[in-house]
Amino acid sequence: MSDSISRRELLKAAGIAGAAAIVRAEAFPPAIEPAQAPETLTSSEYETVQAIFSRIVPSDENGPGAIEAQAARYIDRAMGGALASIRPAYSAGIAAVDAYARASMGASFARLSATDQDAVLTDMQENRATGFMPDSESFFNLVRAHAIQGTFSDPFYGGNAGFTGWDLIGYPGVRTAVSANQQRMDVKVTPNHRSAYDFGMFSKGEL
Amino acid sequence: MATTLPKTNVVIIGCGAAGGVAALPLAQAGIEVIGLEAGSWVTTPDMAPDELRLSRGAWPPGVQKVNREIPTVRPNPSSPVTRGNDHPMMNAVGGTSVHYWGQSWRLNPWDFKVASETRRRYGASRIPMGSTVEDWPFGLEELGPYYEKVEYEVGISGKAGNIKGTLDPRGNIFEGSRQREYPMPPLRSTGYTEKMAAAARALQWHPFPGPAAITSRPYEGRSACVYHGYCSGAGCHVNAKSSTAVSTIPKAQKTRRFKIVTEAHVTAIVAGNDGRVSGVNYLKDGTEYFQPADAVLLATYTYENVRTLLLSKSAAYPNGLSNNHGQVGRHYFSHNQGGAVSALFPFNLNNWYGTPSQGVAVDNWADDNFDHAGLDFIGGGMMWVYSERRPIGAVNALQGWLQGRPNWGSAWKAFVKENADRTNTAYLQKSTLPYEDNYLDLDPEVKDPLGYPVIRITAEYKENERKIAAFIQDKMEQWYREAGAVGIQRAAIGGAMGVSTHAYGGTRMGDNAETNVLNRWGFSHEAPNLGVLGASVMGTSGSRNPTLTVQALAWRTAEYLAKNWKTVAG
Repeated sequence: MSDSISRRELLKAAGIAGAAAIVRAEAFPPAIEPAQAPETLTSSEYETVQAIFSRIVPSDENGPGAIEAQAARYIDRAMGGALASIRPAYSAGIAAVDAYARASMGASFARLSATDQDAVLTDMQENRATGFMPDSESFFNLVRAHAIQGTFSDPFYGGNAGFTGWDLIGYPGVRTAVSANQQRMDVKVTPNHRSAYDFGMFSKGEL
Repeated sequence: MATTLPKTNVVIIGCGAAGGVAALPLAQAGIEVIGLEAGSWVTTPDMAPDELRLSRGAWPPGVQKVNREIPTVRPNPSSPVTRGNDHPMMNAVGGTSVHYWGQSWRLNPWDFKVASETRRRYGASRIPMGSTVEDWPFGLEELGPYYEKVEYEVGISGKAGNIKGTLDPRGNIFEGSRQREYPMPPLRSTGYTEKMAAAARALQWHPFPGPAAITSRPYEGRSACVYHGYCSGAGCHVNAKSSTAVSTIPKAQKTRRFKIVTEAHVTAIVAGNDGRVSGVNYLKDGTEYFQPADAVLLATYTYENVRTLLLSKSAAYPNGLSNNHGQVGRHYFSHNQGGAVSALFPFNLNNWYGTPSQGVAVDNWADDNFDHAGLDFIGGGMMWVYSERRPIGAVNALQGWLQGRPNWGSAWKAFVKENADRTNTAYLQKSTLPYEDNYLDLDPEVKDPLGYPVIRITAEYKENERKIAAFIQDKMEQWYREAGAVGIQRAAIGGAMGVSTHAYGGTRMGDNAETNVLNRWGFSHEAPNLGVLGASVMGTSGSRNPTLTVQALAWRTAEYLAKNWKTVAG
């Protein structure tokens, strides 16, 4: 039926050379200080969220990650805006992460080594971590989605700072008009580093 | 007690892709028309190219009545219903033509004659068991002039493949004969779509640029498409997308005989004891109004067309308006859009910009364009690849390529960095037939906030449709491999027929009043001054998007009303 490619082909396609691609987590400790005081979350919550995001999209030899993109700033603002309705559940989820980190590793999440942080996140993703409502896998999927949104959404929302997320994947930026040449396969479009709201013609939505 | 408003000639319920077209020939004929629209106007400031805003339910702006009446779904009567969180259609002046892809096809000749052509070419036994498929009451030649009218009035870009019987391989050689070219040339190709077209030609297939309700050059005061990549599920900031809100509706308004009431929530069509409809009840700003009219055109989406009829009960129609033959909600089906095929290429595609209508089609394996004698199904699918990609979507699209490896962390990040612009998913539209046991009715338990039942979909893809899906997946894989794909993935071939953007039937059109709600002109067999517009009138789907056919039928029904005013509405 499905003629899926083999793992080897996939790794080859991805430019990943087996185990050599597994970055030693300890080599790039996350910065845990928020860039500025959080607007919605508590400082403790912000610290935990930022530490989680930094393991989901790490800063490594492939470039800046969620820290540099200030992905946590995105979710901090969203929790006071578009996502305000899930703020209580979010706080409970963050508290559950720290409680599980303390119970299993002996310290709150942000104080753990990167290796131990990854172990906690793996437990959450594989639904082994206890103390979550409804379960740890659901909360992991939620924070993973937020890390991606915070890294790759329009900088208007507070993340993707300096367009680091878009530069990482080669997205050349929001344009209100695109030329035929900019759609050729042999052309690498120069990133323009503009937000949708830099063009002045669009009403701004909720953060 | 409802406030009774001054009588008008025609009320159109819904100012979307269908109603927004029908208003024009009526208003041009001197008929006074009131359009009742559940949504409001959506304009350039609302069209921000902002992926997050477009994806998290904050868009479109304005009242979204559809989200209060999301249908429930079950594959068959012995299964429990499920219900999604949002509706794929939108409410606004222009309706979903504001945010759709704009693919604007004429049906192929076979689509009008599936039953008789199948019997003639392969024998009656090849019509799948339980299917209620009938020929349309007319063929492509009847609809051709209306297709042409709409292509010019709405503004369609494309390349004809058959003008007066002369085939042109730059267009679709399988389409029926047409009288003239499209009003605009096709949308431009990209490096990627040219690569795919070359691969199709290498397979001896016939690739061509598909027709789009998007301007390829300035048209009637509107700008040409800017290909900026925020077209799918979004509105156009330069009005290049030919929604009815920027094409036929403004033209109808210029006559001063078309008035739109926005944020009007229609609750019932009123019928008298003589069986004729007398007007429409609606709510606006908390007040109930009765709008009397000589004729009513019901032009909401398929689900709401059926629901409105079933909820409009009266002495003459105790089981719902125009339902004395029990046909409202029957012959329901939707395009089998599931069973997608995705590819991973070992090079960047530069698909960051464009629009879903900027692509390349292969029609060789659609409808009856190939010999089915040695096959065990009828119908087929049209294959379509296109250029449009957004950052978060690009990252999420890689999930299926991880083969069980972590979807976070450094190895994942390296994979995302390498492959963000290397995947593609084809859009495969497979023809679907109506069946006896696939239908719409009112859900006995789930209600909208006003207390009215929502639609319940009871439908699943049958063996014929699943065989088509598997067949087309093979062809699509062949096409991607020819173009250099190093990985192919196939999605599961669907079971339940869920809420769809391509929902057909429920108020089918046909000469036999025992099996069809509407006559060949789109008017009720039972309530003579009630017309219905939309894909709910269609008895077959073909292998391509419904909207242009819906619009051609809408123009035809409206023109018939104008030309036969005394007979129908007098």
